[in-house]
Amino acid sequence: MTIAVEATNDPLSVNHASGTMPVTHRVVFLLLILLSLIAPFFVYPVFLMKVMCFALFACSLNLLLGFGGLMSFGHAAYFGGAAYVAAHVAKVWETTPEVAILLGTLSSTVLGLAIGSLAIRRQGIYFAMVTLAFAQMVFFGALQFPFTGGEDGIQNVPRGDLFGLFSLRSDFSLYFVVLVISFGGFLAIYRIIHSPFGLVLKAIRENEVRAVSLGYQVNHYKLIVFVLSATLAGLAGATKTIVFQLASLTDVHWSMSGEAVLMTLIGGMGTVFGPVVGAAVIVTMQDYLASLGAWVTVIQGCIFVISVLLFREGIVGLIAKVLRRPL
Amino acid sequence: MCYKTIIAGALAAAAYTLPAHAQVSDDVLKIGVLTDMAGVAADITGKGSVVAAEMAVEEFSSTVLGKPIQIISADHQHKADIGASIARKWLDVENVDAIADIPNSAVALAIQNLAREKKRIALFSGAGSTALTNDQCSPYGFHWTYDTYSVSHGTASAVVKAGGASWFMLASDYAFGHQLAKDAGDVVKASGGDVLGEVLHPLGTADFSSFLLQAQSSGAKVIGIANAGADTVNAIKQAGEFGIVEQGQSLAALILFLQDVHSLGLAVAKGTYLTTASYWDIDDQSRVWSEKFKSRTGMMPSMVHAGVYGSVLHYLKAVEKAGTDDAGKVAAAIRELPINDAFTHDAHVREDGRVLRDMYLARVKEPSASKGEWDYFEIVSKIPAADTVWPLDKSTCPLVKK
Repeated sequence: MTIAVEATNDPLSVNHASGTMPVTHRVVFLLLILLSLIAPFFVYPVFLMKVMCFALFACSLNLLLGFGGLMSFGHAAYFGGAAYVAAHVAKVWETTPEVAILLGTLSSTVLGLAIGSLAIRRQGIYFAMVTLAFAQMVFFGALQFPFTGGEDGIQNVPRGDLFGLFSLRSDFSLYFVVLVISFGGFLAIYRIIHSPFGLVLKAIRENEVRAVSLGYQVNHYKLIVFVLSATLAGLAGATKTIVFQLASLTDVHWSMSGEAVLMTLIGGMGTVFGPVVGAAVIVTMQDYLASLGAWVTVIQGCIFVISVLLFREGIVGLIAKVLRRPL
Repeated sequence: MCYKTIIAGALAAAAYTLPAHAQVSDDVLKIGVLTDMAGVAADITGKGSVVAAEMAVEEFSSTVLGKPIQIISADHQHKADIGASIARKWLDVENVDAIADIPNSAVALAIQNLAREKKRIALFSGAGSTALTNDQCSPYGFHWTYDTYSVSHGTASAVVKAGGASWFMLASDYAFGHQLAKDAGDVVKASGGDVLGEVLHPLGTADFSSFLLQAQSSGAKVIGIANAGADTVNAIKQAGEFGIVEQGQSLAALILFLQDVHSLGLAVAKGTYLTTASYWDIDDQSRVWSEKFKSRTGMMPSMVHAGVYGSVLHYLKAVEKAGTDDAGKVAAAIRELPINDAFTHDAHVREDGRVLRDMYLARVKEPSASKGEWDYFEIVSKIPAADTVWPLDKSTCPLVKK
């Protein structure tokens, strides 16, 4: 709650002349907070934690794709890379979970810096392909390194005690930790896209040449947003590891990158809340339709086709259009 | 959650005050089949596994201890996090008593740990990782059908005995392939044979030609194919294009299922050696069961299907004997009872949770020798149970007393 209020008072979250967070955003934030406080009493908490982790993952991609205009097809590398590092740190080094999550996230920052500094030299499809190629290298590493356990993954990662004090074995207490982490990540993104830095990003997205002519070091901005996005994807992956107590090849597989893109597009690319909705829709389908077997992927495909044909701006984008307010 | 625990506790306390009655929590015995419905293992597991579990339940007339038995199923889509979250929900919210099948070793290991923590029964049939009964073994986890050790050791030792003394290994280049090739190679050497060479191929490659040419020019009598799924199918297909079997070399696939042979066709797969835990055409009992299975699914059962059926049936027998669905007592009964079903005769469960059963060395028939659809395997020999399992003195399972 307090963080939300802080963000509201932040003079830099300028989007409108008024200088404060738009009313619609405030309402949605309040609703989200309320919903996430009530939800675990009615819905299975592990499922909710999964939605939150993937929502953060999709938001991190949205930061890059929707606001930076950079289509990364290799976000699984940061998500999965952090998952493996966090799993290893928590299991083998036997640290507390917050240290594992922190080190996992940092590893993604470093990885994002390395890959980003090379990838941003190219644009469009070439950028996407370069990120995909690097992600495949990370996948290959996860397959071959001795510490990753090959196709078995790293299993039985302890949830441990937060700060060495609070046991996270109960789903309920872990839920609120994950809630704080994902909400923190979400607010960070909100802050980034409504800062002067975010405005420059949008300018680059709309017209890169013009941004250069205005004197902006375009590559500088691109690299920063790339690293930020990788870091947040890593935060999501590391948190997911603690929730499910495992890291596996699924996390670094290219289809995980695809899933993040799918969530972002269905929810609404370039909207603030879109990826959250997209993640909720996709994860719900994966979990609740699992008994339908093969139909999960078919239904997912159909929804994607419908979304592209009928409402290209995504679910939240469509709502925003109807309300005539940015969401 | 809290009040749920309290209610559960109250119910448990109430149940203990009525010792004369059989005890099944929440008045229904639920078995979850967690499987692969659309991915690479969908043919050998998938819908067939659900049908196999239902057929086991029908043998019990769908009731045990006077309570109904319910089968539920889900597709883990080969993703460990999806598998783990479905299983968690099954165990926490839906009170599932046992989870069966679980192809994909990452998902299986996740379930093994979850079931140990939540004290529920896990019956692995579709997974092949030996870790399930070694360092990750569990008092509640039972590895039913096959593991990578049993299929590689069974095939390698039997093929050497049948005269295939010199081997060349074609292995996929990751931990699983390395292990499979090493296991098989060790057995070949221990049985008096020789491994002439090894080549590693990248996982999921589409082109095996250079690897097969190396295998061909090695002069080895047997080419051991140490990979799985689509890689195995592609390797055998391309070996057929090179005419490797016609030119006198044999193929030994370390992991190959009936359905793989069905999709390859006999013309391509003929002459390949493999190990199987069961085959539909062994005796009258297996034939009757399999025909019934075929009338529902359109295919003969793979060894995984037979394993799911056997494991669920044995689980129900154990629940009946224990008089409760309490996992600890049922696990004890599972270990105690001999295993008998349409495919298994007098097998039993070892202390690490591995099922000890005789397996079969099979050879894929020539198209001319096959009497019809699904008549694919010629059983070469029976492999005694002791040769198909990881030796206990090398076990890293904490449940094994040394």
